[in-house]
Amino acid sequence: MIEAILLTIVTASTPLLLAAIGELVVERSGVLNLGVEGMMVMGAVGGFLGMMWTGNPFIGAIVGILFGMALSALFGFLVLSLATNQYATGLALTILGLGLSGLLGEAYVGRSAIRMPALDIPVLTDLPIIGRLVFGQDLIFYVSIALVIGVAWFLFSTKQGLTLRAIGDNHASAHALGIKVIRYRYLAVLFGGGCAGLAGAYLSLVYTPQWAENMTAGRGWIALALVVFASWRPARVLAGAYLFGAVSIGQLHAQALGIAIPSQLLTALPYLATIVVLVIISQNRRLTMINTPASLGKSFVPDR
Amino acid sequence: MRIELIKRGTPSATLRYLSPIIGLTLAVITGAIMFAIMGKDPAVALYVYFVEPLTEAWSVHELLIKAAPLILMGAGLSVCYLSNNWNIGAEGQFIVGALAGSIFPVLFTGFDSFIVLPSMVIFAMVGGALYAGIPALLKAKFNTNEILTSLMLVYVAERLLDWLVRGPWRNPGGMNFPESVRFPEFARIPQLMPADGRANWGFIASVIVAIAIWVMLSRTLKGFEVKVIGTSPRAGRFAGFSATNMIFFSFMLAGACAGLAGIIEVAGASGQLRPIISPGYGFTAIIVAFLGRLNPLGAIVAGLVLALTYLGGEAAQISLQISDKATRVFQGALLLYVLACDTLILYRVRFTRTPRATVEAAE
Amino acid sequence: MMNGPAPETLLSLRGLTKTFGTFKANDSVDLEIRPGEIHALLGENGAGKSTLVKMLYGALQPDAGTIVWRGEEVTVPNPAHARHLGIGMVFQHFSLFEALTVAENIAVALPGDIPLRKIAADLERVSKEYGLPLKANARVYDLSVGERQRIEIVRCLLQQPDLIIMDEPTSVLTPQEVDQLFKVLRQLSSEGKAILYISHKLEEVRALCERATILRHGKRVGDCVPNAETAASIARMMVGADIHEVRPARHDVDRSNPLLSLKGVTMDARDTFGTALKDVSLDLYAGEIAGIAGIAGNGQTELFDVISGERLAGRPEQVMLLGRPIGHADISQRRAMGAVFISEERLGHATVPTLTLSENVILTRYRVNSGLKSGPFLNRGKAKSLLETITATLDVRKSAPDPAAQALSGGNLQKFIIGREVLEDPRVIVVNQPTWGVDAGSAARIRQALIDLAESGAAVLVISQDLDELFEFTDRLAAIAEGRLSEFEPVAKTNRNAIGLKMSGIFAGDEEAAQ
Repeated sequence: MIEAILLTIVTASTPLLLAAIGELVVERSGVLNLGVEGMMVMGAVGGFLGMMWTGNPFIGAIVGILFGMALSALFGFLVLSLATNQYATGLALTILGLGLSGLLGEAYVGRSAIRMPALDIPVLTDLPIIGRLVFGQDLIFYVSIALVIGVAWFLFSTKQGLTLRAIGDNHASAHALGIKVIRYRYLAVLFGGGCAGLAGAYLSLVYTPQWAENMTAGRGWIALALVVFASWRPARVLAGAYLFGAVSIGQLHAQALGIAIPSQLLTALPYLATIVVLVIISQNRRLTMINTPASLGKSFVPDR
Repeated sequence: MRIELIKRGTPSATLRYLSPIIGLTLAVITGAIMFAIMGKDPAVALYVYFVEPLTEAWSVHELLIKAAPLILMGAGLSVCYLSNNWNIGAEGQFIVGALAGSIFPVLFTGFDSFIVLPSMVIFAMVGGALYAGIPALLKAKFNTNEILTSLMLVYVAERLLDWLVRGPWRNPGGMNFPESVRFPEFARIPQLMPADGRANWGFIASVIVAIAIWVMLSRTLKGFEVKVIGTSPRAGRFAGFSATNMIFFSFMLAGACAGLAGIIEVAGASGQLRPIISPGYGFTAIIVAFLGRLNPLGAIVAGLVLALTYLGGEAAQISLQISDKATRVFQGALLLYVLACDTLILYRVRFTRTPRATVEAAE
Repeated sequence: MMNGPAPETLLSLRGLTKTFGTFKANDSVDLEIRPGEIHALLGENGAGKSTLVKMLYGALQPDAGTIVWRGEEVTVPNPAHARHLGIGMVFQHFSLFEALTVAENIAVALPGDIPLRKIAADLERVSKEYGLPLKANARVYDLSVGERQRIEIVRCLLQQPDLIIMDEPTSVLTPQEVDQLFKVLRQLSSEGKAILYISHKLEEVRALCERATILRHGKRVGDCVPNAETAASIARMMVGADIHEVRPARHDVDRSNPLLSLKGVTMDARDTFGTALKDVSLDLYAGEIAGIAGIAGNGQTELFDVISGERLAGRPEQVMLLGRPIGHADISQRRAMGAVFISEERLGHATVPTLTLSENVILTRYRVNSGLKSGPFLNRGKAKSLLETITATLDVRKSAPDPAAQALSGGNLQKFIIGREVLEDPRVIVVNQPTWGVDAGSAARIRQALIDLAESGAAVLVISQDLDELFEFTDRLAAIAEGRLSEFEPVAKTNRNAIGLKMSGIFAGDEEAAQ
């Protein structure tokens, strides 16, 4: 029972973690992409279509990543090359992503996917409780953990990571030093799109192996909240994603146990939890002010 | 190839008005390409989408029905965005407004009085304003990001509505359908010209509200305050304006507009509550606000245009079997195009070849 | 990097030209620098000094002209290449990253991937060598302006430059810090490093620089040996005419009833990066101009905010205006009583950049001038006629009848702002940095306007970083340091050194307490 609950928490948390770690890198570079929901849902439909075309869920996941990146490239072009308002552009991206994914996936609604197989190592996977949890997951789970470690290493132990943080802190200074602000930001935005795409593909290939319209159900927005919650730190994103995963699974189990609260109100719980967490985290103004990338959401146009 | 933006000395006034038209044109071209890819004749599809709905009286009535909530919420959101308050939860405020306004006809079905309809309107506006007051309060008091909170409250409102119409507010005599009782005639918004179609006074109300907000923005000190705080919060404080009060003012004004839109929808065209009462009006209103240049008069025009896309989408679905999802794609593309064109207001765009730096190796 | 004997000329610029739109920021400028030379680049605000050095540093590309570096014609496509050539720069508006540590700030600007540990070690070595103490792990947002400049200098030195460009390095330093900086610069010069020193402060240039090139309206108007000139003769070259000297008004001031008083005001910093006020008291009398000197970021913003009412004092009687407690009154109420406030930031604080000038008149006068409003509605015609009066009174030059605030030059915008505030005979004027970034002609006009107001019986408080300005036209002076305000002293009885010590936080009371 505990093992089963823990396993479902992992599957509920992984998409949040993937989308959030990608957005963390984007925001560290000083760009706010509110289109995570749109990129994620495109990843979901991309993953499903890729799997349907090839019969291979791994190729599906790659197609999902590419779909997410394609949408993020559009976002990047607008906010980086044309310096459009990042808030409005992100919203437009979400609207477009929800529409486009609905259109592309329309013929596939209700068909079930080939679930991405989980790892199965003799002996290890069969260990009690932790066996499945640690050694019996699907590939994307391991990728998500690797990404957290990789992003933490990149940001805090490499020159490029330092440069990215510097750009997020002050793009004018970075430009004055000759750092290629726009190029770094493009790469960050594409990375974020790829992560959101993979997060979406996880939903349609692992979490509920099928395609349904709007199947992300606000997870992209929760991922955005997680980045704030984590005050832009990778390890805290990991913790936050699992906390939220636990909350959403908790409400499912509460329903299964027949707790006398209407299911609709229970399903509202993750959203309410997001609000509560945001309020708690924003209480500490000094922490927020110091950690928030100072050029977040501001357009940058170099003078020449 | 690289794009360079060169700042204009003064923003281009011409392009400010031209930009939405260019954006719309590009979106229509994109739509045509999309239809062609779907194997439909673009000319026919565009005709069905954008012209046919305007050729018959009943369908113009439908247009006005769909335009009313878009105009109301677009005008309200304009005030939010002008004052730099990112309310993206109009959809939730719409739903809660509709619920608050429906208390009378759903719970007191037999109470027949001339005050019912006005009360419903007031309840709806107050309900929408209070619901919008939550993210405003959290932003003002705790500095919480209003984008995320207002959006999260949309999901909460959707589930609240779903629960009510399937649970306590379900029509007892409705064969277990998830819907409320049908509102009695005295609790319905009167129709404009019942002989021709279903359009009701809600549309007139939306235009009046939009004009009122326009007067507020362009002629009064309050409107001046909105603009000052939105562009330059520090100058706003220097002028003696309160940014905190502005958070509440803009959110609750937009919330009241959304609530009014909600009751116009349920007490107007539909006449009862159902699990889904809006095809995303609250999000489309964001597009309306931007397409209308954050100007409530512009929102009237933009609201009609976006209403046409809904109506055309329905018509195309019936006569050409084009998915109604195409409408969302078109709307999203439209907003992206308008935002891209807005760059031209502030910048001239120059295309250059990337200068081959002779010394990149030196880095 | 140095091969063979040093050439006679390290750098020469020939005919450098840069145009923005229709504006010629640099028009065929020539410049020569020898190795080890400290060379001044002089000019008024807007003369084109920054544009020239940005081209030299690769941050801007010239439209015409050549750069010859150590005898070879070069192009400088970007700052990284400038550093590769051996050209380093210390920026006026620092190019630092607040959220990063000192070592990270240095690492991000150096080529290659150098471990932070090695950078910390280098940092320590260079710090010692030149007497520039710095902690490698400190975050920039915790550091003072002087310390920030040290980071910039050390960062520049670690790249082994042969030429160091310094853009207005002393505008943020106390006189004592300036002396320290000059020592470092002379040491560098003796090691054979050339320095291009950009400034508009003539005395400094005369003390430090061997040669000077003077720019006016984007053109090179001449070279000189600063030591051989007087400040006045250099100024004439910079401005192109004799500067209108302000006429100091001196008459006796009645010190019985202050128009404005602060009594023991203590207040938190405005934000994480601000400075808290500690027990600040002052009295300001009719007919006088009092000055407060200090390095930016020592609590001036907080002081201005608490006087203007943008932030409220702890108790109402801690701020007294015309004898009435107003510590809890908002800025509009204070304006209605006859106080006016002129803030440091012209765009985004004193004005809304994108709004027109007439709308910016409404911004601070809607409560005071009843003609601007009828009921909830605005009277824009009245605002336009007020603008006409302001324009005429202070000679505001503008390109259109009612342009956006951001379309005006710094000097003209400041004249507009002053004109707007003094239109209705204010009793108390509080002004932060009245002539910062303003051309000499406008600056003289602005100071004269403030002097005239004092003569007509108003009380004027000037907060400024510019000691020259304060000594030129104030009656009494105090200094603010780390949120504490010193006693005021008559200008005639003090001097730059004494004020400089106070600016670094050493007050008379402290010395006595220490003894």
